[in-house]
Parts: sequence; structure tokens; C-alpha cells
Amino acid sequence: MTTAIEAEDLFKTYAGDVRALDGLSFAVEEGTVFGLLGPNGAGKSTAVRIVTTLARPDAGSARVAGHDVLADPAKVRNAIGVVGQRAGADREATARENLRLSARLHGMRGAEREPRIDELLERFGLSEAADRIVRGFSGGMERRLDIALALVHRPRVLFLDEPTTGLDPEVRADMWHEIERLGREEGMTVLLTTHYLEEADRLAAQLAIVDRGKVVATGSPDELKRELSGDAVQVELDQAELNGARPVLERIPGIGEISVDGRTVRARAEDGARAVPAVLAALDTHGVAVASVTVARPSLDDVYLRYAGRSFGEADAGAENKEEVAR
Amino acid sequence: MTALIRHTRYMTATHLLQLWRQPWWIAVTLVQPIIWLLLFGSLFEVVSDIPSFGTESYVEFIAPGIIVMTAFFSAGWGGMPVIEDLDRGVTDRLLVTPISRGALIAGRVAQNSVTIAIQSLIIVGIALAAGAGFANGLPGVIAMIGIAVLIGACFGTLSIGFALTARKEETLIATLTFLQLPLSFLSSTFMQPQLMPDWMRTVADFNPLEWAVEGARAAALGDGGWDVVLTRAGLLTGFLVLCAWFALRALERYQRSL
Repeated sequence: MTTAIEAEDLFKTYAGDVRALDGLSFAVEEGTVFGLLGPNGAGKSTAVRIVTTLARPDAGSARVAGHDVLADPAKVRNAIGVVGQRAGADREATARENLRLSARLHGMRGAEREPRIDELLERFGLSEAADRIVRGFSGGMERRLDIALALVHRPRVLFLDEPTTGLDPEVRADMWHEIERLGREEGMTVLLTTHYLEEADRLAAQLAIVDRGKVVATGSPDELKRELSGDAVQVELDQAELNGARPVLERIPGIGEISVDGRTVRARAEDGARAVPAVLAALDTHGVAVASVTVARPSLDDVYLRYAGRSFGEADAGAENKEEVAR
Repeated sequence: MTALIRHTRYMTATHLLQLWRQPWWIAVTLVQPIIWLLLFGSLFEVVSDIPSFGTESYVEFIAPGIIVMTAFFSAGWGGMPVIEDLDRGVTDRLLVTPISRGALIAGRVAQNSVTIAIQSLIIVGIALAAGAGFANGLPGVIAMIGIAVLIGACFGTLSIGFALTARKEETLIATLTFLQLPLSFLSSTFMQPQLMPDWMRTVADFNPLEWAVEGARAAALGDGGWDVVLTRAGLLTGFLVLCAWFALRALERYQRSL
């Protein structure tokens, strides 16, 4: 396998001493969907801007499709398609005109260009709207046009920067379907950034978790989750009283990390489903009434908590404030 | 270089199409210079009664000035859509395609030039109808429009440079209004230079708008001959190179801020 994207030790500081990247490195195998996951302000978009030749790093290097982004930006630009966070289509032009301009800028001639434009319009469900002004498009249609624009010249590597942020759930589901298809059917290398855990979980074959400008963990979503020991077991009690059941719980084989918060008891179990009967029996012997029990596979949320040392929601909220200031 | 020309052509066509789809904008653009010509023409008409003013017909005197001023004002706003493109992510999307950087600026300037040429032709038509005679005939009129396009290109490029530097509409508007009126009145657009205060005339010598007014007037009316046209066109071309350098630097600086 060859490497389609390689970023090495990227550093970037913005005016006002905002450190966006702090030695970020990652590598993406050709033909895979790779996710950069992290809260807002973690540095994902800055990293994408650098590997797509839009911005320059203060230090570090990157190669895309075999070309150095700093030494050979023109060759990189020919090989990539980019869907930015903001829409980017010309709203006063039609979908077809937008596609045509993009194709022309990539040096495509009429005989090759026009069938490709029709093909993309068809594929993204925009055939009927092809000759309508983009201003009147719905959010989902505009997003689909953005992707079509990035694909018109058949790039080898596609970058999607927060492709579903701000879309309603239904449109998001459509978008996921579309991204899955790109990876699966066309064997394209796709790099996507997201701050949605479930999006990374569902779409990316490989992940890099980014926090404060650095990659803190890499692997497939399953690998990352497997590194956490076992499942999360959560028991809701009828009253906030364990009646001395805790030592008993701790003695059940395969159970650990017990914590009590009011009426909620949390624990880790190697095999959650197997542990439930023993847990219930232990509580029953001590006369503790149980309202409900849930067993959950570890989520990327847990992975994030472990590697970044804080919960994802917390980091996201904190970063949002900082980002406002940075702007 | 060929990429620059090709990409500029694509961008010019795109921007012209954008304008074409805004009928209200077209109407205003076309009507505005007519209003200026008739308004200033009537307002200042008595000026030509001043004994030492020279020219008999004030409309004839002011027409080249109005053409240059229309070009100067409408090109000055050339940076506004650039800010919208920055805000909407259009610029960033284009910057990651193989587009020649210069075409991002030149496309807008070229679109502006087409607008200016059309506006100028309309003013020429109205001036002729109002009884102005252009002493140098068709070649003179063509040269005058060329000068108008040149000054438009200068200030259009400058405005795009400001837009890429300020990246905020309010700042751009403030900068432009700050520049436009003083530059207009520090020129012989409305007044014969010999009737201007001495200090003003000295300042006007360094005002690109004044170069354009002198050049256009020489071209259309034959004041001072063709060497005035050529020297002023030369000065303006030099200024344009400076503006283009500034705008390209501003684009570079914008990209470095990302």
C-alpha cells in the first residue's frame, strides 16, 4: 500500500499566539477513508488547509499524492478535490455553470467535460436543478453541489472539512451514504474532519484523534475502542443507597472501575452482558432495588476521554469560546 | 502566462454573467452616468461664462471628466464582491484549484472594464445629443474610452487590494469614501486647471484621476495634442502595475493569514 497523504510535525501559530497545530502528524493509506476527529478548535481545519495548499505551516512538511505541498503546490492542486466548511459555490450561477468553471480551471475540454458534468449532476440528484441559480438551493442540495464541484476533475484524493456540520439529520444521513459510496465504489482516498463521534465511527476506516493541535491516538474505530477494557455497565437504583453492596460488587470477577454518583452506579466489565446477572444478584442479596440496567459497548466518547483527558462535550464547548476569541 | 489569460477569460465570463442576472444593478449602472452628466452639466453650466474659462460648451468640457469619474467611482467598488467571496468561501475554494492567482483579480477588473466601456459609450451618445462636438472624432473617442478603462483598472485593482487587506465591508467602504471625493475635487474634472488654486494644481499633478482627466480631454477635444494622451496613458499604466503588485501582495498576505 502507498501513502496518499502524509503530514509530518506540522506547527502553526496564528496572530495573537493562538497555537493551532503543535506537532501534528498523520498518514493516510491510498484508497481509504480517514477521519480526523476532534472538538472544535483542535486544529483539524488548519491541518486540512495546509495539506490542501491553502495555508502554509510554520514548520513541518506534508505530501499529498506523492507531491510536496510546499515545493509543488500546483501538482497537489491538480490531484485533489476539496470541500470546505463553508459552501463555496457561486450563488449567482447555475449548478451547471459552477461545475463548468471548475472543470475549465482544471483544464478539461468540452468533449471530456460536458459528459462528466451531466454524470455528476445525475449522480448527486441535481439533474433537474442543473440550470437553476444556486441561490434557491436547499442546504442539502448546495452541499451535494459542493461535493460534485470537488469531484469534477476526478481527483485522487478528496478532502471533506466538516461535511455535515449544520445539516439537518436527514440530510446528514444522505451525506454519510454518499461518502461511504465514494470510498467503497471509487476507491478514492478520502480525508474527512469531524467533531461528530458517530460520524467518525461510521465512515472512517482509520482515525486520528486530534486534541490541542496534536494527534493523541490513531487506529481503526474498533481498535481504539478495544483498547478500552470492556463494556460500560450502568445501574440505576431506586434509592441512593448501596447498603454496603459495593464490596460485593467489587469481588465479582471481571468487574472494575466502580463509581457511584447518586442513584447511578457505573462499572467496567470485560463482558457486560455476562456480568449483569451477577451484579443484580449481589444487589438483590443486600436488598437494593434496581430500576434499570444498561450495558454499552465503549464509544469513541470513552476513547476521547481516555486520550485527551477530558470529555468530548466539555472540550467542544470550551473550544467554541476560544475560537470566537481567535476570530 | 497563457494560464493567466485563459483563467482570466473564464472568470470574466463568470462575473459578467453574474451582473447580467441583476437587472436592477444594470439599470442603475446605465442611468447613473446620464444623471451625472445632466446634473453636473446644468449645475455648473454658468462656470463656462467665466471669461478665462475658454471652452464655450460646458457639456463638451465636462463629458470626458464625467466619463473618467464614472469609471473611477464604479471601479472603486470593485472590491465589494471580493469580500463577499471571502466570506462565503468562494475564494478559498478557488485557491485550491490550479487557477492562476492573478486571474482571481484580473477577472473582476476585466469585467469592470467591459462595464466601463459601455457606460462611456452611453455618455458619449448623450453628450453628442446635448450638442457636444468631439474635435478628434472617432479615434479621439476611442482613446478617451481607453483612458477611462485604464483608470478603472487602476482603482478596481486597488480596491480589490484593499478588500483583501481589510476583509471587512465597513472598512472598505470607509477607505473608499475617504479617497473618492477628495481625489475627484483635486482634479480638473469640473474646473479648468488654470482657475484652480495653485496648491491644488500642484497636488493634482500627482493625482492619477487628474492624469486620466487630462488624457481623456486631450484625446476627445484635442486640448494639448496626442503627446498628452500618450504620456498620461503611460503614467496610468505605471500606476496600474503598482496597483496590481499591491493587490497580488494582498492576496498573498490573505493566504498567509489562513
